[in-house]
Amino acid sequence: MHNRHMSRYFFVFVFPTLLAFLLSFVIPFILGIVLSFTDFTSIIDAKWVGISNYIEAFSNKDFINALRFTVKIAIVTVITVNFFAMCLALLLTRKIRGTNVFRAIFFMPNLIGGIVLGYIWQLIINGVLYKFGVTLTYKPEYGFWGLVILMNWQMIGYMMVIYIAAIQSIPNTLIEAAKIDGASPFQILTRIKLPVIMPSITICLFLTMANSFKNFDSNLALTAGAPSRKTAMLALDIYNTFYNTLNGEGVGQAKAVVFFIIVAVIAFLQLKLTRRKEVDNV
Amino acid sequence: MKDNKGNALLFILLFILSVLYLIPILIVFINSFKGRLYISDQPFALPNAETFYGLKNYTIGLAKTGFFKAAFWSFFITVLSVGVIVICTSMTGWFITRVRNRVNNFLYYAFVFSMIVPFQMVMYTMTKIANMLNLDNPVGIAVIYLGFGAGQSVFLFSGFVKSIPVELEEAAMIDGCNPVKTFFWVVFPVLKPIAITVAILNAMWIWNDYLLPYLVIGAEYKTIPIAIQYLKTGYGGIDMGAMMAMLVLAIIPIIVFYLACQRYIIEGVIAGAVKG
Repeated sequence: MHNRHMSRYFFVFVFPTLLAFLLSFVIPFILGIVLSFTDFTSIIDAKWVGISNYIEAFSNKDFINALRFTVKIAIVTVITVNFFAMCLALLLTRKIRGTNVFRAIFFMPNLIGGIVLGYIWQLIINGVLYKFGVTLTYKPEYGFWGLVILMNWQMIGYMMVIYIAAIQSIPNTLIEAAKIDGASPFQILTRIKLPVIMPSITICLFLTMANSFKNFDSNLALTAGAPSRKTAMLALDIYNTFYNTLNGEGVGQAKAVVFFIIVAVIAFLQLKLTRRKEVDNV
Repeated sequence: MKDNKGNALLFILLFILSVLYLIPILIVFINSFKGRLYISDQPFALPNAETFYGLKNYTIGLAKTGFFKAAFWSFFITVLSVGVIVICTSMTGWFITRVRNRVNNFLYYAFVFSMIVPFQMVMYTMTKIANMLNLDNPVGIAVIYLGFGAGQSVFLFSGFVKSIPVELEEAAMIDGCNPVKTFFWVVFPVLKPIAITVAILNAMWIWNDYLLPYLVIGAEYKTIPIAIQYLKTGYGGIDMGAMMAMLVLAIIPIIVFYLACQRYIIEGVIAGAVKG
């Protein structure tokens, strides 16, 4: 009764969002998949070419390089960001003076956009490298570690804040009981704190991984892929294929579909892992 | 006693770390007052009589980038889009949670699915559609942001609605309120905490977004990130002095915003991350 009366208001409540969702997500998404199997320079002149765009994408050395570069960045970033974030979170939950100020400072870079972050770190890293007579774009390794440092600076505070919230929600009685039983601080960390906040760790690992994979802005600002596209991550490589390659649209769209599938697999794994953890807890 | 000493040491450690954390911004700030030729070579040196440039970098940068215009468009687009997103997705999130039927269930999963799709997947086709439908202006881009941001926002609102009791709404409807009135008078005030979260997450995204506005409206309307990137690509060699000055101007509004609503921002990020 309640339901049927309400259903008539579908148009008012859902239609505006749904229309925008169709125009800027659903239609572009479906069209994107279709176009990845065609040759096109605009949406209306598409010619069916089967999977040749995909074959071309995977035989494109820039794409393979970007894929490798992105995976390497993601692995290193996931480990370093979460390690440092956890260390800071453990320090900042020890009732030290000024905890709130420290927390606010470490979180702050997260609010600054990727383009601005890129130019800040370009200045700093080039300033250091200048002493050795080289620049950031001299070798791909420099760009790699530059990006790792930048992404650490950007994401540590974010993950730290999530870890702090998780640690603070551990019941105090649990830790008191362990102390009475004679547990050392290290045992309390590895046997109680870490296992209890495991769901948060899973979330942070995947958040870091997804953010690393999707990075575009700071990659563009820091090195723009230089030298010779060796430091372009996947998103930047797809952009270059679309807009800086002659007739690159079909291959660019195929690369984008592959990129989507990789990100979707990561998200799916996260869902499975967090679901299983929830069942374990019950 | 031993604990106090340990805490004092930790305090010093954290103090040093947080200073190190802020140094990159400080260096940019210092360099914004140095002549452009003295920046790339010696970014860690303080300005002296020879290298001090006063506010010249700022005046040059402002002229080159049209920074104030860019700041206006950034502000305009962010406020408009966030307003549209909060109103539309809260209505949708509430409706599809309260009225369970096959269509609404399907829509819910479609919204959740859209959260995992990276922008590059729809970059080209979305830009073309925006052009065709004349959405390539600072007002139309709000529609694009609503569509692409709907996933996470509907998801967050929907999750929150599940946790609030339905009795209040039913009482309002029995008293003769129609669903629209019920939503805005009874439901929306209860949704306020999650609405703040949604507003902050979307504001952070849209304010800093570069690629979407660059592709859709970048030729005519520059937002702050576009103006800064343009400084690099627009005029031959990069003017590091102007760049430093514009980076400082780009960071200032963010810090003001952060200081004004730090608590909401951090809480919003936690809520968004844990549920998203």
